Amino acid sequence: MTVDFSTLVAIIAMAAATVLTRLSGLVLVWHVSFEKSRRKVIESIPPAVLMAVVAPTAFATGIAESIACAVTAIAALRLPMLVSVALGVLCVALLRAATGE
Amino acid sequence: MNENEKWAEFLGGMRAISPLIAAVIPIGLVFGAVAVTKGLSPVETALMSALVFAGGSQFVAMDIWTHPASWTSVGFAALLVNIRHVLMSASLGTKMQAFGRRRRYFASLFLADEIWAMAESRAGLARLTPAWFAGLAAPFYLAWVLSSFAGATLGAFLGDPVVLGLDFAFPAVFIVLVTGFWKGSETGAVLIASGAAAVATEHFVPGVWHIAAGAAAGLLAAVASGSRRAEVTQ
Repeated sequence: MTVDFSTLVAIIAMAAATVLTRLSGLVLVWHVSFEKSRRKVIESIPPAVLMAVVAPTAFATGIAESIACAVTAIAALRLPMLVSVALGVLCVALLRAATGE
Repeated sequence: MNENEKWAEFLGGMRAISPLIAAVIPIGLVFGAVAVTKGLSPVETALMSALVFAGGSQFVAMDIWTHPASWTSVGFAALLVNIRHVLMSASLGTKMQAFGRRRRYFASLFLADEIWAMAESRAGLARLTPAWFAGLAAPFYLAWVLSSFAGATLGAFLGDPVVLGLDFAFPAVFIVLVTGFWKGSETGAVLIASGAAAVATEHFVPGVWHIAAGAAAGLLAAVASGSRRAEVTQ
């Protein structure tokens, strides 16, 4: 139950970097005014970031992940979130078992 | 807003985050188990989860962990993996009218992907309140810290979450959230640009540059389609 000094310093460095990223966006919008065109770009941040996180899983990991992503997306158009996510997880587990990955 | 309304908002946030808590606990257990194999103690593992609170960068740090730990390399990796948080906090910052200035900064410290995405989609439907945000952040934060501590303590007894498909819960949640941000063909252009850039970058560049590259490409697409529209209306 000890905390190593070099580990503690590394954790603090990671925390400082993360806090910096989380606060700097807020500082940015607090000091810059936004007319309509820029607001439009800001509104596209959520889909752009989420897509960038998900795309390698969806298109470049394997056939099981690609199919499960498609199933989840189609389910999300009609079903509640929890159901869609559960379907996706079930789908990837079955396909991984079937393809032996 | 009276106490009852605040409490109702807090519970609403908790309800919204609950499926993500079910998904984060297995990931936290895995993170703890991985951290122990890299030589971290359970207390050090929980400390990292509590202070950094950004799963992606924590897993990357475990990937490159050395003894003694190199603060420069894990610090830089965290900066790189979490650079998307600049965009995330900028975006959510425009939707925090109900927050005082100090609360805005405090709330932004908890902008993990899942909390941010839920808050964004809430802001699209209703006014985002501090109580609702606290309902998201408090249980999710506790779940992450406690499950990584438990994973570090139990370590070897855990099964492989990949077999159960639980690692897929996060991409699945993000896909559902992406569908919620759909606003027509302009969103389509953003998604195609972001997805293509992320996949190409991930293929050719090691590390986690694909998130920054995809986000940047998506924003460029938004700027381009915005200026094209301006030309048409002139």
